Amino acid sequence: MKRVTRVLLGAVAMVGLAVGVAQADPQKAEVFHWWTSGGEAAAVKEFAKAFNAAGGEWVDTAIGGSGATARPIGINRIIGGDPPAAMQFNTGKQIDELVAQGLIRNLDDIAEKEGWKAALPPAFYDAVTRDGHVIAVPINNHGQNWVWYSKPALEKVGAAEPTTWDEFFAVGDKLKAAGIIPVAVGGQPWQLNLMLNAILLSEGGKDLYLKVYKDLDPEAVKSPEFKKVAEIFGKIRDYSDPGNPNRDWNVATGMVITGKAGFQFMGDWAKGEFVLADQVAGKDFGCILGPGQKNFIMGGDVFIFPKLKDEAGTKAQDLLATTFMSKDAQVAFNAKKGSVPVRLDVDNSKLDACAQIGVQVLQDPDKQIPAADILASADVVQSLTDVVAEYWANPSMTADAFVEKWNTAVEQAK
Amino acid sequence: MKPRRRKNVASYVALIPAFIIVVFAYLGTMLWTVQISFTDSRLLPSMNFIGIRQYERLFATPRWIISLENMVIFGVGLIFVCLILGFLMAAALDQKIRFENTFRTIFLYPYAMSFIVTGLAWQWILNPTLGVQQYVRNLGWTDFRFDWIIQNDKAIYVVIIAGVWQASGLVMALMLAGLRGIDQELWKASRVDGIPAWRVYLNIVVPMLRPTIITSVVLLSLAVVRVYDLVIALTGGGPGIASEVPAKFILDYLFGRSNIGLATAASSVLLVIVLVIITPWLYYEYFRPERAKGAK
Repeated sequence: MKRVTRVLLGAVAMVGLAVGVAQADPQKAEVFHWWTSGGEAAAVKEFAKAFNAAGGEWVDTAIGGSGATARPIGINRIIGGDPPAAMQFNTGKQIDELVAQGLIRNLDDIAEKEGWKAALPPAFYDAVTRDGHVIAVPINNHGQNWVWYSKPALEKVGAAEPTTWDEFFAVGDKLKAAGIIPVAVGGQPWQLNLMLNAILLSEGGKDLYLKVYKDLDPEAVKSPEFKKVAEIFGKIRDYSDPGNPNRDWNVATGMVITGKAGFQFMGDWAKGEFVLADQVAGKDFGCILGPGQKNFIMGGDVFIFPKLKDEAGTKAQDLLATTFMSKDAQVAFNAKKGSVPVRLDVDNSKLDACAQIGVQVLQDPDKQIPAADILASADVVQSLTDVVAEYWANPSMTADAFVEKWNTAVEQAK
Repeated sequence: MKPRRRKNVASYVALIPAFIIVVFAYLGTMLWTVQISFTDSRLLPSMNFIGIRQYERLFATPRWIISLENMVIFGVGLIFVCLILGFLMAAALDQKIRFENTFRTIFLYPYAMSFIVTGLAWQWILNPTLGVQQYVRNLGWTDFRFDWIIQNDKAIYVVIIAGVWQASGLVMALMLAGLRGIDQELWKASRVDGIPAWRVYLNIVVPMLRPTIITSVVLLSLAVVRVYDLVIALTGGGPGIASEVPAKFILDYLFGRSNIGLATAASSVLLVIVLVIITPWLYYEYFRPERAKGAK
């Protein structure tokens, strides 16, 4: 009898303790995101750990699939009056309407107190600012215009890393002669669009890129320089294999890993595949920002903070924003995600050889190029993706016809 | 008389919830969709009306035109081939063969799989560097070509192949049920008269199967209008935009491209197509007066 009482008392005391802890710890924040793959989930845990260590309580709401699946769910919750404390978006114009409707908190105080403006690349600072107010926290910087190549494949044909497009195609001819597929292409529209943008920057340069995507200038698209870009893009068709339509990006990366193919145009998430295959950057595989002009196309993710009614929730948001931008959490998260920290003032010495190239290029503000999604609306960018895919799939389409379709698509979607 | 009417009232009362759901959830959202299609809604629905601008853009977009064409090709191909194959399989099973249940299971099995699985499987089978083409080439015929999946003008036929593989089993099951419903005396009589079996099938059985055929066509048409996951898994709408379909167009613009206005305009067009083509035909087939008065 006595023992039973003691156990019961003990249980009551423990419950009381648990409640006590819960009351002393009100910084509860629900974080809504779609990072569910192995590496992504591991990366998110780093933020959760940092937030919990800072006195918060991370409530994880991860929706599987891509942003196209998760975003409408989150937006519905925000409009329906049951917003999470923070919600992921891609860096870009996706959030414009939520901002215009006044559904999102501004973070001016925190941003100023912690000096975000000095720490961020200007393009990213602009990307999270609307009418002079900071309305989101940038999380990561994904380089989108990398060319990955297999070192053994290039060694086999005695070729060095190409630095111009002529060299690139010369290496391609050698690879072809050796029975290696020169370029592993994933023929899905978004991948083709990444490839076109990489060529646009390396051949056409920053000014042309910005005129095409930021100003949506039809004259720039009609220029001989842009036509040259389209021709290089079209020429790569002859250097890819017939199995490219609808190929997933990681399958294409696998072709480079195994040395079946020489090159691949893909963002830095491809590095995860190389690393999983126990390959080392700079030793087993190489990476080029270019060939030609070196620029860094920056894309990534942001978190927005919907306006909350209760003050405790708002306080938790403050803590969350600070955590996202803290130097330690930035490095820990991005090392696992494969991206580069958004802050330029962190210690990058632990990053691999390819990321080092990226970081070095990023030191020059002139080479920090915002991704197309940051410059133009989703509708414009995706409509252009259709045009690019159509051009790629149809070798008989001329560069002039491509230019014309491009301008029509912009005109319609703008 | 009186008890019967009471029964009717009771059944109407029982139907009220269903009726309300249909009116509000179904007709309501339908009207709302049509209304939104005349606005400039992007990420969020707005009530800023802009006339028929979304429709003008829709029909000036090559991808939408290709989607519509593909829906027609896919629809005609799928329905036609499925009906013929389904009927042949059913007629074969109807010959009182051994292991009928086994065959029936095999024929019906693909239908139990999701379109995603079907699409992925066929994507591998038809991929020129992995599937059939490479296999035959490895056997020695090095010039063998079967790469429709990467050809602009043939990709949609690949979708038909996978669709037929999936759906003809269902048609078979329906047809078999219809065949089993046919009076055995008919067969005896035709045998006495010495009429060949194929003529009996063609001239007597097929006309008698008319309701079954209509049911099959309706079910297949629904699959045609909403075909989405099969294309996603099989071709991704490619090469380029060559095998795009309307449902994929709508979902892409609704979610990926934050253009609710254009997406609802496209859905409204689909709705009109269904209303204009299928509904009058269904009405004609199911409710025409002479039939109601006639046979039964």
